[in-house]
Amino acid sequence: MTRNVGIVAVNTFREAVRDRVLYNLIFFALLMMGAAILVGQISIGIERLVIINLGLTAISLFGLVMAIFIGVGLVYKEMDRRTLYSVLSKPVRRSEFLVGKFGGLLLTLGVNTLLMTLGLAAALLYVDRHLTRSDGGILVAVYFILLEFALVTALALFFSCFSSPMLSTVFTLGIYIAGIFARDIRDFGALTHSPVMVFLTRTLYYILPNFHNFNAIASASHGEPIPLSLVGWNTLYAALYVAIVLLGASVVFSGRNLK
Amino acid sequence: MATPAIEILSLTKDYPLGYWRPGKRRSLDNLSLEVRDGEVFGFLGPNGAGKTTTLKLLMGLIFPTSGTARIRGRSIEDVGMHREIGYLPEQPYFYDYLTARELLDYFARFFGYTAAERRERVARCLESVGMTQAANVQLRKFSKGMLQRVGIAQAILHDPKVVFLDEPMSGLDPIGRREVRDIILNLKRDGRTVFFSTHILSDAEMLCDRVAVLVAGKLQGVGAPEEIMSLEVKGMEILADLPAGRALPPSLAAHATAAGQRYRLQVPEAGLYDAFGALRESGARILSVAPLRPTLEDYFLRLVENQKAASHAVEVTSP
Repeated sequence: MTRNVGIVAVNTFREAVRDRVLYNLIFFALLMMGAAILVGQISIGIERLVIINLGLTAISLFGLVMAIFIGVGLVYKEMDRRTLYSVLSKPVRRSEFLVGKFGGLLLTLGVNTLLMTLGLAAALLYVDRHLTRSDGGILVAVYFILLEFALVTALALFFSCFSSPMLSTVFTLGIYIAGIFARDIRDFGALTHSPVMVFLTRTLYYILPNFHNFNAIASASHGEPIPLSLVGWNTLYAALYVAIVLLGASVVFSGRNLK
Repeated sequence: MATPAIEILSLTKDYPLGYWRPGKRRSLDNLSLEVRDGEVFGFLGPNGAGKTTTLKLLMGLIFPTSGTARIRGRSIEDVGMHREIGYLPEQPYFYDYLTARELLDYFARFFGYTAAERRERVARCLESVGMTQAANVQLRKFSKGMLQRVGIAQAILHDPKVVFLDEPMSGLDPIGRREVRDIILNLKRDGRTVFFSTHILSDAEMLCDRVAVLVAGKLQGVGAPEEIMSLEVKGMEILADLPAGRALPPSLAAHATAAGQRYRLQVPEAGLYDAFGALRESGARILSVAPLRPTLEDYFLRLVENQKAASHAVEVTSP
């Protein structure tokens, strides 16, 4: 099981590299360089805050775009081009293939994020000449961003098992946005005092991925400590959520007639 | 009794007509078939007959509406059985960012071979399909025929016991077709079972121990190509020379084609002796007499025509 997942994952990573997906790093590097030069001229005493904010937001945005747009095509493209046929005629389960594709994109996003984080660190060093202990929060924020990527990739993969890339993009993006406001949706329901609305919004709150908890950019840029318990809970939450979504995707994909 | 290489048991596949259209289209209708171990089996039929559907069902790429199949005694639902089979899809398409060598190495990894074993197998398979020179070229630069060869290489990479080839000659030039024929014969010599679909009948006649003919999802017949061809005698063919200045009697002229004074006559079997009599009276010298048997192609075309005449309705309406 693990071996096949690994083989598919490494090949998916190789595909991303050869399709020049990592070229987005050039734009990120240019953005960081430009920001580092500009920020020194226009900001007084908040250079670090601006660079960290901008850097982490860019890491998150670049990665999300990749997770959604590559994620929705991961399985669909294989079905459409029928590259899947030869793979599935080997002793490979559909669920192994699916988890392998997920792992491959996550690996790509991981490498991409790691390189971007190094770019952010370089920009920070350029404006401030040193890194502080509180910059450790940046790493936690990056870790949360990666967990977010895992959730989004799993959702994109799930939708791509039964719908077109365009619809999958709409669904994934819709759930991502709704997931950011999951807590607000629940609170809104509570305000109505209607038992039906309270029930509905609470249900929605539990079903939707709670992306709000994964946003530690503000804390990292202000050098505020991020509680270790939050790291643990977010890790557990993301792992469980991803497992459930991938299980659902496997069930759908395993029963699907390939065209 | 030895376990058959392939057992297909009442396999049926219906497809929905569309999201908004009720009813189903039957692509494969109650197909039952047995392929013996070590035989080269041809699966013949016109486009849309259900050949690819059958192969996709056997590979687990689509699921049957009813019926089942076993390969070497193991259910087609058993993924572990895929260690024993190789499959070339119709008009194969592979990861075009990989080279031929990388693609085969990728597939070989699923069988747990060591790096050295993979290297050796990949090199051997590339050589057997004549692709050694292009081993390090990315597949996006390959022609259709080259992709077909790589497809065959990946199907035989792990020395499978049963090899399924969907239209293996498609897209190949005459040399390529001959090479594929050689590969199939080599597989047979090594004791492998080969099940291949084709609509090129000469290939089937040349290679197959037995063939099955499928038309509109229904099995029309199974047997050795020569059995199918010798089901009936269409008539008799007489080759005769007439003396100069003599002509065939009018009763025979309608059945004859001439090249100078040499005549080729095709007459019904019952009319053979009457034809002999007429030829004798004309002073003809009979050079040869041979029965006219239908070719596999005749058989095939007649089945298709019969099917068309019998029914256009292969649609099954939902209850």
